[in-house]
Amino acid sequence: MIPELGQFALLLALVAALVQSVLPIVGAAKRNVLWMQSATTTAVLQLGLIGLAFAALMRSFVVSDFTVRNVVENSNSLKPMLFKVSGTWGSHEGSLLLWVLILALFGAGVAIMGRNVPDGLKARTLSVQAWISVGFLSFMLFTSNPFERVFPPPVDGQDLNPLLQDVGLAMHPPLLYIGYVGFSIVFSFAVAALIEGRIDPAWARWVRPWTLAAWTSLTAGIALGSWWAYYELGWGGWWFWDPVENVSFMPWLLGTALLHSAIVTEKRDAFKSWTILLAILTFSLSLLGTFVVRSGLLTSVHAFAVDPERGLYILGLLGITIVGSLTLYAVRAPKLEAGGIFAPISREGGLLVNNLLLATATAVVLFGTLYPLFVEAVADDKISVGPPFFNASFIPIMLPLIVVMAVGPLLSWKRADLPGVLSRLKWVAALTAIAALVAWYIDTGGPVLAVIAIAVAVWLFFATLREWALRVKLGSAPLAESWRRARGLPRASHGMTLAHAGLAVCILGFTGSSAWKDEVIRFGAPGTEVSIAGFDLRLEKVERLRGPNYFSDMGTFTVTRDGEPVAVMRPERRSYPVAQSQTTEAAIRSTIAGDLYVSITAPADEEAQAAGMWTMRILYEPLVGFIWLGTFMLVGGGLLSLSDRRLRVGAPRRSRVPSAVATPAE
Amino acid sequence: MARLLIALPALVAVLIGALFLWGLDPDRDPGAIPSVLISQPVPEFDLEPIDGVGVPGLSKADLAGLGKPALVNVFASWCVPCRAEHAVLTRLVEDDGVTLMGLNYKDKPADAAAWLARLGNPYTRIGSDLSGRAGIEWGISGVPETFVVDATGTVIYRQVGAISTADDLAKIKAALAAAGSGDVAS
Repeated sequence: MIPELGQFALLLALVAALVQSVLPIVGAAKRNVLWMQSATTTAVLQLGLIGLAFAALMRSFVVSDFTVRNVVENSNSLKPMLFKVSGTWGSHEGSLLLWVLILALFGAGVAIMGRNVPDGLKARTLSVQAWISVGFLSFMLFTSNPFERVFPPPVDGQDLNPLLQDVGLAMHPPLLYIGYVGFSIVFSFAVAALIEGRIDPAWARWVRPWTLAAWTSLTAGIALGSWWAYYELGWGGWWFWDPVENVSFMPWLLGTALLHSAIVTEKRDAFKSWTILLAILTFSLSLLGTFVVRSGLLTSVHAFAVDPERGLYILGLLGITIVGSLTLYAVRAPKLEAGGIFAPISREGGLLVNNLLLATATAVVLFGTLYPLFVEAVADDKISVGPPFFNASFIPIMLPLIVVMAVGPLLSWKRADLPGVLSRLKWVAALTAIAALVAWYIDTGGPVLAVIAIAVAVWLFFATLREWALRVKLGSAPLAESWRRARGLPRASHGMTLAHAGLAVCILGFTGSSAWKDEVIRFGAPGTEVSIAGFDLRLEKVERLRGPNYFSDMGTFTVTRDGEPVAVMRPERRSYPVAQSQTTEAAIRSTIAGDLYVSITAPADEEAQAAGMWTMRILYEPLVGFIWLGTFMLVGGGLLSLSDRRLRVGAPRRSRVPSAVATPAE
Repeated sequence: MARLLIALPALVAVLIGALFLWGLDPDRDPGAIPSVLISQPVPEFDLEPIDGVGVPGLSKADLAGLGKPALVNVFASWCVPCRAEHAVLTRLVEDDGVTLMGLNYKDKPADAAAWLARLGNPYTRIGSDLSGRAGIEWGISGVPETFVVDATGTVIYRQVGAISTADDLAKIKAALAAAGSGDVAS
C-alpha cells in the first residue's frame, strides 16, 4: 500500500509541477499577482509530495519490503540499518528520486525564503524550475519507477553493491546532488532574468546564497567521493580523472567561476552577460553529469545499470534544457546593457583572469572526457584519455590561476596600484622563495613541477593571510583594535580567506601525495617483511572473520621504525556472498607528515592462494591529509560566507527582512 | 561577429548533443577493446601437448603452415562458460568441417584431460599454457576467447567471451569464410 501511496504522490507532484510551470509565468506576463503567487504554494506542495514519495521508498528499504523490485535489487535483510537507509538512493531510480527531491527543495527554498525577490522574477524563476521538475518527474514515472512491484516476492534481496556499503559513500550522493541540483535554481534565475531582459546587482545578490550553498555542498560531495576512493578502492589514489569524476568536477570549476563573476555583477554591475552564461553552463554540466552516469556512454568504474531508452530520454531533456536556454541567451544577451568600466589592473581584472582560466580549465576537462567518444565516432578507433593528459594540460592552467588568486583580493575595484600591492607582498615572496629552496633541497632530482606547486601553495597561503592581516591591521594597530576590526569584517570576507587558504592547503596535499609517493607491492605469506619510507612492516597473520553480511580476511601488520614499535595495522579483504563481490578495507595510519597505507588482496593464482600467499600493497603518501584538511577549510569558508548578514538582509530596495536565508545544505 | 560569438555556446551544445545521440546506439559497447592482433601474424608461441589427450601440441608454425583457416579457442576446465561453448565448437567441427585448435589456459593437465574425456575432444591440436605466458602473447583478457586465423597464420577476428548467441556464431562463420577466400578482412 505504502509504495503505491509513494507513486501516487509522485504523480500528484507532476500535476503540481505542470501547474507551476504555466500559471506563474503567464501571471507574470499578465501582471496577475494571484497567479504569480500560486508558485509559492505549488513549490511547497511539490516538496511535500516528493518528500512523501521519498519517505515511502525509504520505508520500503528500512522494513525490507521485498515486494518492491528496487528493494530486492539493492537491499538485503542482513544489511546494517544505515545502508538500508542509504540504499534508498543507491540505485538509478532511487537516486533520481533524490534528484527531484532536491530540485523541489531548492524551488521551495526560493518560494519561502525569497520574500525580497520581486514577484515577477520569483514567479518566472519558479516556473522555469518547474519545467525542469516536469521533465525529470515524467522521466521517472515513465521509465524508472522506483515503486515497481515484483510478484512473487523473493525471500531475500540481492544486496547493494558492497563497494557502496560505506559511511562515506552513503553521504556522498546527497551532498553531491545538493551541489549538482542546487545549481538548477541559479539556472532558473538566469533564464527568468533573460525572459525579463533585466539583470542588475540585486539579481546577483539574490542568486548568491543559492550558488554558494550549491558550491559548498558540491565541494563536500566531491571530497567525500575522493576520500571514499582513497580508502575503499585500495589503490591509495584519491583522484583518477575518471569520466564520472570529471563530470562532477566540471560543474565545480564553472560554479567557482560563477561564484566570482557574480561578485562583479553584484558590486560593479559588470560581467552580466557572462554571469548569466556561466549560470546556464554550470547547470548544463550538472545535467551532463546526470546523463553520462546513467547512459553508459563512457566507460567508467562507477556507473548505474545502463539502459539506452533512459539515455535517450535524458538526452532529450538535456537537449531541450541546454539548447533552449542557450538559444534564449543568444537572442537576449546582446540586449543586456554593459556597465562598470575598469582598468586592466583592478579587482575586476583579477576576477576576469580567474574566470577565463577556470572556463579554460573546464573546457580542457570536457574535451579530455569526451575525446574518446569523439575519436570513436570520427575515426572508429578506441582510445582512453587518462591522468597524463589531464595532468599535462590542467595543472599548467591552474598554476597561474593560483598565482593571480593570491594577488586578486588585494586589488581594489576599478583601478588598482599593482606596485603598491606587490610591495605589501614582499615578505610573502621571500617566504615563497625559501619554501621553494627547501622543497628543492629535499627533492633534488625530483619533479620540478612539485617544487613549483609547493612554492605556489605557500605563496597563496601567506598572501591570503597577509591580506586578512592588512584588513584587520594586525601588527600595525593594537590587538584590541585588530580584534574589533576582525569582528567588524563581513563574514563573507572571513569565508574568502578561509577558502583561499584551504585551497593552498589542498595543493600541498595534492603535490605531496602525487609527487613523493612511495609504493611497494609484495607477494608473500605471513612473516613477510617490507620496508618503506623508514617504516618496517611485517605481515603477522591473516584471519578469517565474520561480519553481518560478509566474510573478512583480516591481515595483521606490525609496524616498526628503527626497531621501535609504531602501530599495528589491520587491512581487510571482505567478500559479500549475496552480492558476490569483494571490497578492500585499507588500513591507514595518518599523521600530519603523511599516511602509511596498507591493503591486502588474495592473489589471482589458486595455487598461491592455497599456499597462504597474499598480495600486499603498501604506500607512503606524504601530506595527503592536507587534502582533507584543505577541503574542510573550503567547505567552512563556503558556510561562513553563507552565514553573512548581507545575504540575509534584503536587497537595497527593501528594508530588513526578518526571515533568514537558511542554508539549504542541511 | 559578436552575435555569432554569443550563439557559439548553443552551437557547441548541439554538436555535443549529436555526438551523444550517436554514442547511445545500443549496439555500441564502450567497453569493447579491439585486439591489436587483428591483421597481424599470430604471436610467437610453442606449447607442449597435454599428457593423455592424444593430440599434438600447438605452436605458431602449426598455424602458419596449416594451409587452411583455423579457429584457435582459449579454454580451461575450470571455466564455466567454456563448458557451454564446448557444444557449439563441437558442432562447428562436425557439421561445418572447421579446423579447431585449442589453447588450454592455466589448467592442470590432468583436469583438462578428464574434462575432454568426459565431453569429447573436438580439437585437432591443443597446447598446454600452464604458465599463462602464451595467453599474454595472444593478449587475452579472459577465458574463453576465440580467434579466427587464416591459412597464412594471420589473425583476422577475435571473439571475447563464449560463442553463445546466433550473432556470435554468424560473425565467426563470416570471418572463416573471408579467411577461406583469402580475402583478409580488417
